[in-house]
Amino acid sequence: MTGVKVEITVNGRSTTDEVEPRLLLAHYLRENVGLKATNIGCDTTSCGACTVLLDGESVKSCTVLAVQADQLAVTTMEGLAGESGDSLDHPVTAAFRQEHGLQCGFCTPGMVMAVAGLIAENPDLDERAVREGLEGNLCRCTGYHNIVRAALVAAGKDPDAAQAAEAESDAARTAPGFSAGSSEGAGA
Amino acid sequence: MIPVGFDYARPDSLDAAVALLAERGDEATIMAGGHSLLPVMKLRLAAPELIVDIGRLRELNYVKVDGDEVAIGAGTRHHDLEVSDVLAAEVPLLPAVARTVGDPQVRHRGTIGGSLAHGDPASDLPAAVLALDGTIVLRSPRGQRSVPATEFWTGVFTTAKEPDELIVEIRVPRTGSAGWAYEKFTRRANDWAIVAVAVVDGRVGLVNMGSTPLRASATEAALAEGKSIAEAAALAAEGTEPPTDTAGTPEYRKNLARVLTRRALETAAGR
Repeated sequence: MTGVKVEITVNGRSTTDEVEPRLLLAHYLRENVGLKATNIGCDTTSCGACTVLLDGESVKSCTVLAVQADQLAVTTMEGLAGESGDSLDHPVTAAFRQEHGLQCGFCTPGMVMAVAGLIAENPDLDERAVREGLEGNLCRCTGYHNIVRAALVAAGKDPDAAQAAEAESDAARTAPGFSAGSSEGAGA
Repeated sequence: MIPVGFDYARPDSLDAAVALLAERGDEATIMAGGHSLLPVMKLRLAAPELIVDIGRLRELNYVKVDGDEVAIGAGTRHHDLEVSDVLAAEVPLLPAVARTVGDPQVRHRGTIGGSLAHGDPASDLPAAVLALDGTIVLRSPRGQRSVPATEFWTGVFTTAKEPDELIVEIRVPRTGSAGWAYEKFTRRANDWAIVAVAVVDGRVGLVNMGSTPLRASATEAALAEGKSIAEAAALAAEGTEPPTDTAGTPEYRKNLARVLTRRALETAAGR
């Protein structure tokens, strides 16, 4: 088992190290580069807490080897910081703050990066697309409601209108007489 | 979870990958997206000595019309299948099935060739390729050969692929406007199918109803004889030996197969 030299651009900065081929990208980011926003939750490709962007596309970094990211570009939540150096300036993180899209916060970096990837692929999101697009990210606090609202806000949508439209569409798909609720009544 | 240590090679061409696999076949494993392989390596159910990474070979990532068929490079990712205009027009079943695999992050990495080679009977794409009457094209230093999907899976996680062979292409007929549907039953988003049924052009593929993906032959024969959808679907579990696990008993799965087959046939008939 020989070490392999990797060069990975992380958040626009070139990083390099000699790594064991079995080193996971999540560990490379946390231990070798020292960026701790990326969390390892389930370590089984299920929970999405370790989601980062690899060449602009969302991936679960617990199921990518560092050597597979050699010569590619990775973006972690730290990389969303603009010139101010504050990652809360980014539209996605700002939306999570505005809508209180987190409870304990453990899933948040993965949620934020999954939303960033989703919007990059499809800027015109509705609530269903957000929920389906986040199916690979689990929030054990079950705080999905505000996370979905944050994703809608980040995509430039009015979350109340988007959720009302989805409730109507959902009601039309389900059995007649079954109430899907309305945004006015929900959570009051 | 950390895999057992291994050597890593990323050849820069398919020819180089084939040569390397020939040299180290028994101890080497091909990795494309790694989304079937890495999880089993992390559980230490697999411990290859050498990983041959073909994930960046652009020559294996394509979808193109070739005569009566569509040829799909083995390295084409689930996400690429989802958004392929060629498949949307020529083989609409495949993008619909690919869309149900895992989640967006998984679909950005996993490939059709990897899914077929892994041979998990609970996977979506193998049963779809089986229902399509597809062909799997394998390459080794001895040359290239084509294996019909009906003969490719030989047991759980076992295929007709030799250790020095790798899947280079999947070929499926252009089904065009023929009716199709994919009915996948799960309890939670993101789960593997408890049972799923792929229908296209009167053929029926079953997910997770045995040790390999299966065709519902009795259903297909009944349809060919002009039986009704309800009559044909009632035969969907004939001859199957579905597994028992926490998601359900064999009887439960057989019932699901009949119900999902009826739904899929009805949807396909309306398309």
